[in-house]
Amino acid sequence: MDKSTNIVSIPKEKFEFVARGERIKDQKFEDKPIGYFHDAWNRFCKNKASIVAAIIILCIVLFAIIVPFFNPANIGTVANTRYQNKVPRNLTLSKIGILTGDLEIQYNEKGFANIVGIGIAAGTDFENIPSIGEALANAGELQPVTKIKSIEKVMQGRNEKLMYNAMVDDYLQVGFSYEDVEQEEYQRMLAWQEETGIQLLYPMIAKNEYNFAESSGDTNTAANWWYKTNSRGEPVRINSQGNAVIIKYDDINDLVLEDNYQRDADGNLVYFNYVGGGTQETAMYRVRTLYYNYYRYTHEGREPEFFFGTDTSGYDMAYRLAIGIRLSLLLAVCIFAINFIIGAMYGAVEGYYGGNVDLVLEFISYVLSGVPFIVVATLFQIHLAAKAGAIPSLLFAFVLTGWIGTASLVRTQFYRFKNQEYVMAARTLGARDRRVIWKHIFPNTLGTIITASVLAIPSVIFSESMLSYLGIVSLGSPTQTSVGTLLSNAEKLWTTYPHLMLFPAAVISLLMICFNLFGNGLRDAFNPSLRGVEE
Amino acid sequence: MIKYIFKRLLLMLIALFCITTICFLLIRVLPMSPPEGTNTAQKDIIEQIWDARGYNDPLLVQYFNYLKGIFTEWDFGTSWKIDTTTPAWDLLVGRLLPTVLVNLYSLLFAIPIGICAGIYAAIKKNKWQDHAVSVMVILFVSVPSYVYAFLVQYLLYFKLDLFPPTILSLNDSGGWFTWKMFHSMIPAILSLSFGTIAGLARSTRAELTETLTMDYMLLARTKGLTRAQATTRHALKNAMVPILPGIIGSFIGILGGSMIIEQIFSIPGVGQLYIKSVTLRDYDVFMMDSIFYTFVSLLAGIIVDISYGFIDPRIRMGER
Repeated sequence: MDKSTNIVSIPKEKFEFVARGERIKDQKFEDKPIGYFHDAWNRFCKNKASIVAAIIILCIVLFAIIVPFFNPANIGTVANTRYQNKVPRNLTLSKIGILTGDLEIQYNEKGFANIVGIGIAAGTDFENIPSIGEALANAGELQPVTKIKSIEKVMQGRNEKLMYNAMVDDYLQVGFSYEDVEQEEYQRMLAWQEETGIQLLYPMIAKNEYNFAESSGDTNTAANWWYKTNSRGEPVRINSQGNAVIIKYDDINDLVLEDNYQRDADGNLVYFNYVGGGTQETAMYRVRTLYYNYYRYTHEGREPEFFFGTDTSGYDMAYRLAIGIRLSLLLAVCIFAINFIIGAMYGAVEGYYGGNVDLVLEFISYVLSGVPFIVVATLFQIHLAAKAGAIPSLLFAFVLTGWIGTASLVRTQFYRFKNQEYVMAARTLGARDRRVIWKHIFPNTLGTIITASVLAIPSVIFSESMLSYLGIVSLGSPTQTSVGTLLSNAEKLWTTYPHLMLFPAAVISLLMICFNLFGNGLRDAFNPSLRGVEE
Repeated sequence: MIKYIFKRLLLMLIALFCITTICFLLIRVLPMSPPEGTNTAQKDIIEQIWDARGYNDPLLVQYFNYLKGIFTEWDFGTSWKIDTTTPAWDLLVGRLLPTVLVNLYSLLFAIPIGICAGIYAAIKKNKWQDHAVSVMVILFVSVPSYVYAFLVQYLLYFKLDLFPPTILSLNDSGGWFTWKMFHSMIPAILSLSFGTIAGLARSTRAELTETLTMDYMLLARTKGLTRAQATTRHALKNAMVPILPGIIGSFIGILGGSMIIEQIFSIPGVGQLYIKSVTLRDYDVFMMDSIFYTFVSLLAGIIVDISYGFIDPRIRMGER
């Protein structure tokens, strides 16, 4: 206002003509002209949420592409029955206390003795066995129990039992495993053990009445029952009369387990048994290894660490997620292309020709859109999955119905533009239908098509995950998976292992949010009526 | 108007007929096998029944018989796997109530909240409250419903232990309309509601911000109405015109329900029946369920279109 106050009283002689001599009307613009797409781009860049969404989508794409390359040793790319559902663990970050791979588990006394016993047996001194308390006090790196959180007294029947809530290392708690190896392999294992100083081979367990695994028939944790127990799994000791007595203790810390290792005639520990047929020279060896160390042996000395944990089959979650995201993105690209090609052409023909053509085409798309997508997908799966594979049949289902929304949008756009003067002018000048459609009207609808195609992506990603979650499409295989499959595998287990659900759910939510934001940003940018409107 | 409605209904019936035909042909060409766990004698009997009912006739004859069955006896085929020899229609009807109940509760819960959130955001346009609602909307709309289902299950069952993880069986609760049953349905109702709330809030906000800037609002204010009066009496009424048909449509949509929520909370509804029929390859039931879903979606579309004309007299349906 202050500048305009003196306008009235400016003396006349102060005015002077601008550029009186030259003609300025044909001068060129000094700025570059801004076209439709340039303008849309400018407005898109102002929308911070969409930019962030686009960057996040880019990051997820990079994640999906890069993760397999970051894994030269192919860690976690094969199923691993010992390391299923393992919690996230990263050795670098565990030093500052996150992603330690620890899990809180409740044990009764027997179970507690067993889990601490794994740590005791993982030591290299097989003759002098420390008590539970000593083992916990001088816990080495291979002791699964990292911390006792609390001890509760629970009434079981009439007896008072102690329950131990302990933090255990999820990767160490699987303990020992039996492996059947060729004799050459055995020699290599011995050499590796010498070279690295990591104890790999542990004494075999005697097969007698004190071996709990033998009496219970438990094969999964058989290699962990290295101490003498009765048939109920309670630790026993052989007294001087040669009878087994349950070890009595007031405090579990005083409990000293008695080993049940297999010894030969001279009293030396036995490190392998023969399995399979053949002579002593050719038969395979069954050896007992600490699985944690065996893992290092089979993975070039690397300790197991999975940033996102492992999934229900023991695959690296990050790797499986990358595969799943790749499938989602593949679908996203395909649906974008389908929308762009079929939707745009169909809508263009419908809208441009109108009349009976429109009626017939509109009825076809009405019928197609009337079939619920899930029915289409199911029918395609039942009919095609065996011949063409699950993913192509899923794609066919999307091809059949995915473009309808875009087509109807394009149709309205064509109705809007086809009677405008410039189209009339083009036609008067002799342009054919094809030229009018593609050269004159189509570019005007491009913004709508792009927006509609992008906004179709989230629903496709959702449909895919829903179908595979419900088990209508089965995509789980050693080389293929989808986020929905990961989620449906986790369904029964995720209350115990939240990471199984957390990461796939987070990734798919992030993808959906970002594609929605990105699409919204595009819609606003391509909408010329919003031009100059700053919220 | 009546002519338009008839036209739409006719169109719907033709579409339904086309879809039914295609589905029927696609489903009947699949080889059928007797249910597992039956012995050879039972299998023989079932195969004889199939033969007698014309399952081995040429496809077109089968199709003719199927249509005749529907029109004369309301017979949509028979379940052979899920509940052997029960008519498919009875199976479907028995599943309808749980689906409708859960979805109805969820709509009754979500609609007021969604509209209120939308109104609030529109009134507080471009203030932090508006932005908060926008963030909520984009979160609720984008994040898949099953993720919410897991979150709700985790928080309300696993952490707080307020509700059972899945809905109770009829024996435990004593009926569909008991308080216990309702209580166990709350997690499912909540997880279904997020999407509806967000969608409604978004459209209400969009419509209301537009009507709030209209000239008649200025007139209303100048003639002495307070802002609240003008908003409720003039803006809201007009803003609801495009929103109400959608709400009416979603009330039809509750018949279909949400498959994934039914699966997660083990609600014995139509969606679960569909999944069962697919996994067990119970084709007659699958056919029945497909027709039902198609019918519901077509019907919802028509009712939405027609209700525009009823709600807003300015809109003349079927006008060129």
